[in-house]
Amino acid sequence: MESEIDGKAAYAYTGGKPFDVKLPCVVFIHGAQNDHSVWSLQSRWFAHHGFAVLAVDLPGHGRSAGSPLPSIEDLADWIELLLEKVGAGDTANCAAKTVSLVGHSMGSLTALECASRHPGRIARIALIGTAVPMPVSDALLGAAKDKEAKAIGMINTWSHSPRGTIGGNTVPGMWLLGASRRLMERQKPGVLHNDLAACNAYSHGMDAAAALPCPALIVSGSRDMMTHPKAAAKLAAAIKDVRSVSLEGAGHALMAEQPDAVLDALRNFIV
Amino acid sequence: MTYNFNTLALHAGQVPDERYGARATPIYLTTSYVFKDSDQAAALFNMERAGHVYSRISNPTNAVLEERIAALEGGVGAIATASGQAALHLAIATLMGAGSHIVASRSLYGGSHNLLDYTLPRFGITTTFVDPRDLDAWRAAIRPETRLLFGETLGNPGLDVLNIPEVAAIAHQHGLPLMVDSTFTTPWLMRPFDHGADLIFHSATKFLGGHGVAIGGLLVDGGTFDWEASGGKFPTLTEPYEGFHGMDFSEESTIAAFLLRARREGLRDFGACMSPMTAFQLLQGVETLPLRMERHIANTRQAVAHLVKNDAVAGVGYPELENHPDHALAQKLLPRGAGSVFSFTLKSGRTGGRKFIEALRVFSHLANVGDAKSLVIHPASTTHFRMSDDALLASGIHPGTIRLSIGLEDVGDLIEDLNRGLAAAAKA
Repeated sequence: MESEIDGKAAYAYTGGKPFDVKLPCVVFIHGAQNDHSVWSLQSRWFAHHGFAVLAVDLPGHGRSAGSPLPSIEDLADWIELLLEKVGAGDTANCAAKTVSLVGHSMGSLTALECASRHPGRIARIALIGTAVPMPVSDALLGAAKDKEAKAIGMINTWSHSPRGTIGGNTVPGMWLLGASRRLMERQKPGVLHNDLAACNAYSHGMDAAAALPCPALIVSGSRDMMTHPKAAAKLAAAIKDVRSVSLEGAGHALMAEQPDAVLDALRNFIV
Repeated sequence: MTYNFNTLALHAGQVPDERYGARATPIYLTTSYVFKDSDQAAALFNMERAGHVYSRISNPTNAVLEERIAALEGGVGAIATASGQAALHLAIATLMGAGSHIVASRSLYGGSHNLLDYTLPRFGITTTFVDPRDLDAWRAAIRPETRLLFGETLGNPGLDVLNIPEVAAIAHQHGLPLMVDSTFTTPWLMRPFDHGADLIFHSATKFLGGHGVAIGGLLVDGGTFDWEASGGKFPTLTEPYEGFHGMDFSEESTIAAFLLRARREGLRDFGACMSPMTAFQLLQGVETLPLRMERHIANTRQAVAHLVKNDAVAGVGYPELENHPDHALAQKLLPRGAGSVFSFTLKSGRTGGRKFIEALRVFSHLANVGDAKSLVIHPASTTHFRMSDDALLASGIHPGTIRLSIGLEDVGDLIEDLNRGLAAAAKA
């Protein structure tokens, strides 16, 4: 589905069913240098089980036009603008507070900030592969700026668990490391550095967590090297109404490595 | 961490099974899979959950082989097929329909040539064949209805080295993908995605298996080609498909739309799937691919060096030789070796070829390549026996041409066997 935000095309995959604003809405927000397709299984399930789905391509990513937005705050505002544009969570269309935000990594910070800044529509947030703050090493930031291919290699290595690195993918015939690398390579030059810098600079996260006006779910991979489970536990401790799920053996690329377990966690939280 | 080639050849795609801890890949010889409940069944059919439904579409043993080859090639995924021919057909049928056109190297395996030149036109798909070394010919042959450029990494029979970087650039300038048949080189000698190819297929029957006991194919997607950016040339991948939940495959998967359609339509409807027993047998071969390819190349180099200096031999066609037209390109694209299948020509012509073959004891006289055992064939007395000497020469084959597929035996025994044949040929 295409909308227009600030005069630029904004794309969201609707899970294989037309978007119906009268239904409770689930918004899936991808991480750095990714696009909507990281949610293909989970978003299809929700779309076919009574939800209106928006698996977005953030500005400058995938099919959405424009430049990538420079801060988590800007991304949060963009999500709110999109919801406003399509009427999701508007009381004119459906009951209040019917939007669930589901974010991975950078997308989890976006979901957290969006719920903090724009609480009117948001019923709950699910943060997958998250940490607050989300510092990015100088080495990775530097590589993302000057040697993007090297940075993609570093992220690909650190994003997968020991098991994910060998394979045994749930999706038959797909090689996780190759698919993850190619998806990152599809994004435009400069997007990666922008995204990582936005994560690194986001300083409002613990305040947003402490004042979070809705329930939260935190899903962590026990072998996540990018957003360590300890950091996720620290974030969970700051949130008043929180549920935590740890996926044994999963790395940072949780939706690819353990798609069913991620779906089950989301289903138990949202449905 | 990420792993290197030899490790991936042994491990990629498989972790010991959780229930019994089996270290080897189990053979899941089952047609179908019990659903946990109705919801899970519906979710599997609708691609809301991943898993196996029916072994024509996917199978756990096959999936290990698919992942392993994708890992070795540096692709995003792969599909195992009943044969290399099935892989070629699956790729073409996924990308195009009646009215479409292919530009292909004229130096192709006979089976591929048959499909493109004789069979597919009946279904409305035509092919223009070009000299693979003539880059202008590739460009000139492209038409508005062209949907694919296709060649072999090492062409048949002259071992033309496909200039993948240049041909890929031509394809991409026209919004088209390049597919290569990488059977002769395997990912150990060359990874075509690193040079710009978009799709790869293998006859796994040959070097990937290596043992000559199983027929199979692999179709690998590099995930590099942007189907959406090709101006509507590939509606099978960029428009909703009524035959599968109205799915727009490019929207569904940014980098694996081709594989999705190929599996969800191609395997489902054409049904040229691989048996899990075959997948297991091929996996046994892939485990030793690096070791075997090293030996294949080492033996080949010695055999080539021996033949070059023999008086009964008029010429040897191997890209590592300086007089081969693709010598420089081979040095660049195939630094580990230019394969272990090559041809040489006997001065004594058709009769000499027959005598040579009949004198051999170690080489097996048959129509295959890429076996662990050394193989030999004399086209003028077998595959091309109906053709006159003049007709043979016109198609680039000399009446005295012998094709060898060098195996893993002791090279001294192979050279002794070649000497036996050469002596017989010299007397012809």
